[in-house]
Amino acid sequence: MTLFVIVPVITIVALMAVRNKSYFRVVALAGFIVQTLMSFNLIYQYLQERASGNNDIFVFTKDVIWFAPLNIHYAIGVDGISVLMIMLTSVIVLAGIFISWQVDDLPKEFFISLIVLSSGVFGFFISYDLFTMFVFYEIAVIPMYLLIGIWGSGPREYAAMKLTLMLMGASAILLIGILGLYFYSAPDGGQLTFNIFEIAKVNLPVSMQRLFFPFVFVGFGVIGALFPFHTWSPDGHASAPTAVSMLHAGVLMKLGGYGIFRIAMFLMPEGTHFWADFFLVLAIIGVVYGALAAIKQTDLKYINAYSSVSHLGLVLLGLLMINNIAWKGAMIQSLSHGFITAMFFAMIGIIYGRTHTRIVSKMSGLLVIIPVIGVLYVLAGLANLGLPGFSGFVAEMNIFVGAFQHSDTFHRVITILAASSIVVTAVYILRLVGKILMGPPMEEYANLPGITWYEKTGTFILLFFITLIGTMPLWFGKILSDSIIPFIERL
Amino acid sequence: MRQELFLTIVILLMLIADILVSDKKALNKIAIALFALQTVFGFFSVYEGSLFGGMYVTDSLTFAFKNILNIGVFLIVLQSASFLDKNLSEIKKVGEFYIILFSSLLGIYFMISAGHFLILYLGLELSILPISALAAYELYNRKSSEAAIKLILSAAISSGVFLFGITILYADAGSLYLKDMNGNLSLTYFSIMGMVFMFSGLAFKISLVPFHFWTADVYEGAPTAVSNYLSVISKAGAVFILVVLLFVSLRSMVDIWKYMIYGITVLTMFVGNFFALRQQNLKRFLAFSSIAQAGFITMALLSVDRLGVSSIIYFLAIYIFSNIGAFGVVEAVALKTGKENIDDYKGLYRTNPMVSLVLMLSLFSLAGIPPVAGFFGKFFLYTAAASKGYYALVFIAVVNVTISLYYYLIVVRAAFLRKSEKPIPYFKSDIYMKTSLFIVTIALLVMGLFSPFYEYIYDISNIVNF
Repeated sequence: MTLFVIVPVITIVALMAVRNKSYFRVVALAGFIVQTLMSFNLIYQYLQERASGNNDIFVFTKDVIWFAPLNIHYAIGVDGISVLMIMLTSVIVLAGIFISWQVDDLPKEFFISLIVLSSGVFGFFISYDLFTMFVFYEIAVIPMYLLIGIWGSGPREYAAMKLTLMLMGASAILLIGILGLYFYSAPDGGQLTFNIFEIAKVNLPVSMQRLFFPFVFVGFGVIGALFPFHTWSPDGHASAPTAVSMLHAGVLMKLGGYGIFRIAMFLMPEGTHFWADFFLVLAIIGVVYGALAAIKQTDLKYINAYSSVSHLGLVLLGLLMINNIAWKGAMIQSLSHGFITAMFFAMIGIIYGRTHTRIVSKMSGLLVIIPVIGVLYVLAGLANLGLPGFSGFVAEMNIFVGAFQHSDTFHRVITILAASSIVVTAVYILRLVGKILMGPPMEEYANLPGITWYEKTGTFILLFFITLIGTMPLWFGKILSDSIIPFIERL
Repeated sequence: MRQELFLTIVILLMLIADILVSDKKALNKIAIALFALQTVFGFFSVYEGSLFGGMYVTDSLTFAFKNILNIGVFLIVLQSASFLDKNLSEIKKVGEFYIILFSSLLGIYFMISAGHFLILYLGLELSILPISALAAYELYNRKSSEAAIKLILSAAISSGVFLFGITILYADAGSLYLKDMNGNLSLTYFSIMGMVFMFSGLAFKISLVPFHFWTADVYEGAPTAVSNYLSVISKAGAVFILVVLLFVSLRSMVDIWKYMIYGITVLTMFVGNFFALRQQNLKRFLAFSSIAQAGFITMALLSVDRLGVSSIIYFLAIYIFSNIGAFGVVEAVALKTGKENIDDYKGLYRTNPMVSLVLMLSLFSLAGIPPVAGFFGKFFLYTAAASKGYYALVFIAVVNVTISLYYYLIVVRAAFLRKSEKPIPYFKSDIYMKTSLFIVTIALLVMGLFSPFYEYIYDISNIVNF
């Protein structure tokens, strides 16, 4: 398991040793192909382990004491949710490396930052000690500053600073929640612990749960684009280079939902029930507002960024519905949105690399000039609006079905509002496709080059997974359902 | 005790070498060699014992702390050698620099080993007065003389205030032994006044708000190596003795001084951070950043237990390396180009990648970002404060960390993100500077992730008997 953190480190060391400029990308690619294969192997191993009757919450666990005086452990392991998240991460980084094949400004530093970021994400998904988790979370956030600031476009310095400060501020709030959990983890005067499963055995006082739940929820919610703390995300996405937007919207924002589920809700069930309605309102505002804001945008990346806010709002909404189906939907939505939005950003990057503009009104008729790219873009768009056959449909369907199981008016209204956001999504996606792909081709773009092999590879990897989830939802649902049981028991 | 004796021998040897050796550059090497010996020897010293009827006490914590200080001073000696080598023609005096520097360190040894207020006061004076001579070492620079005058005036006043505080406490408790004072104090306004005076005297040395006004001017004017010494070694020594005084001597007053510390902590963090936001000169910038850091340190005082002591000592050790790294880079650049402003650092990474990386690591460590050591230091400080339920204070602190991250990122932004038409050209630092920055980098990467270091400090932090 530790290999998931060690392989990136080895890749980084190898990158530092390489002198020739064109080898950087090859080394980075090689490192990530290994990582991706490992993540597939992990899923296989995980299914084997479950099939052999292992019913622990986390399997393949390893627990090493790190700072003994405070009982801090380096504790790692996986469950069904985290194996899928690890797969998501490695696939998206792999695709991202393909998409950024042509980085020529400081390529070594670019790939090193990218890999540091991804190793932070891996570490986050595999750890079950709050301290270890927090360390990895911060490791994942800080390379974004350099990635956006150095290789970004537009107001990159502003966007990078805003993103970093908001996310680090959020992690600071989260820290208070973590310390709160730590100091209440041994009410009878025993050894305090950061271990999630140890804390889960303790009956945390209700007043404490109500006090600290918002800290943890908001701390993770900021990175999960919880309204009104989502403002870093459109600026950050728009200014980031393509691979970073992909990784960011595809993976980093998933840390939010995962952390809320794993820490806030799992450890503080009383707090969850107390605060659920309040945060549901915020989540539904995020869903509707994100979708409406996307209509008004003129920049391709901003459209997608607001679309992400809307879709991640659905993840939070699914989580807060507190039932089996909605949770499964939220988890699949996390995965599916990761792949779809990464593909969307990749397509935007590919188009921008050719037209050098992302303004919708300055493009038209691209489907005639660059047909392959055009078709892929349409596919990404259709997946995004939740067409059956793609992953988005399965995820949203599950969330709404789960949400509709609540029969009171409050939840009904919220569910209906959320479902109506799907229509709005269709509006902006179809309008977008119509404007830039259809219509008369523009002369200045008549000689745009076609798709290159590395762009093709990157997008096809993502498309493959989108359709895989869309056509085999039960298989993914099965991996998740075992791991959701402990949550059902607690809440 | 042997560390003190050996350091005295080193000082005497430097004095002799200064007379005998005519080649000034060789004196640098002699000083480095002697102090390297001192540093190594420090680890093999005997570490338990007391002298003069308990007036002078050494135990494992002071022993370890002296070793940490030794390593810090060794790095500063390396950086000073770089500075003296470069400005040899103007300064002309090399041996004295080291003699004065080592004397000040001897003073800090006295201070942290003191079991009696007499030794404590002697150490305090010996540690700060020589530094004002060093602050004036750039004789050709008016700002340097100004810094020296400011430093000596504020040092004199703070010593006076500190002494007055001791007098009052003595009048109340009837003993000058640090350990005896606790049981004999009456909780009257009289002794509280003594406590406040004593605390204020030390707060000058640590540059806690509102006793910080000398800091920025002195750091800016003094030679960088001296500012570096003031910001880490001198401050660390004073913090250490503050911990001992509050936790041992004034323990019975904890319900009173905790409000004082709470207020000072909040004030120090906010003032340090907000002033650092607007600085252009890097030395002034680091001065305010080090004020803010002091605020984080005092936060852990509120825990009044072993966790507090160990996290403060651990943080100080990390802080020493982080600040030496940051000041070291500033000095390396200033020695080659004479530039000290943030704007001059634009595009530094593209011309001087290694120096920029050290700068980034040091600043990230100060800001508290993993995997660099500073994160762990800060985390344990929060833990110490939260262990007694001061969640509101921790909240204020994390808000401040976010503010501080902004200004640290401004420097990183200049060095990494921006491009400049006239960047600082590629330069090669001399071997002294390179060695010191190399050691800093290794230390910053290892000290956090490598937990036995913290565990060791935690084990020995039990001297403050309770």
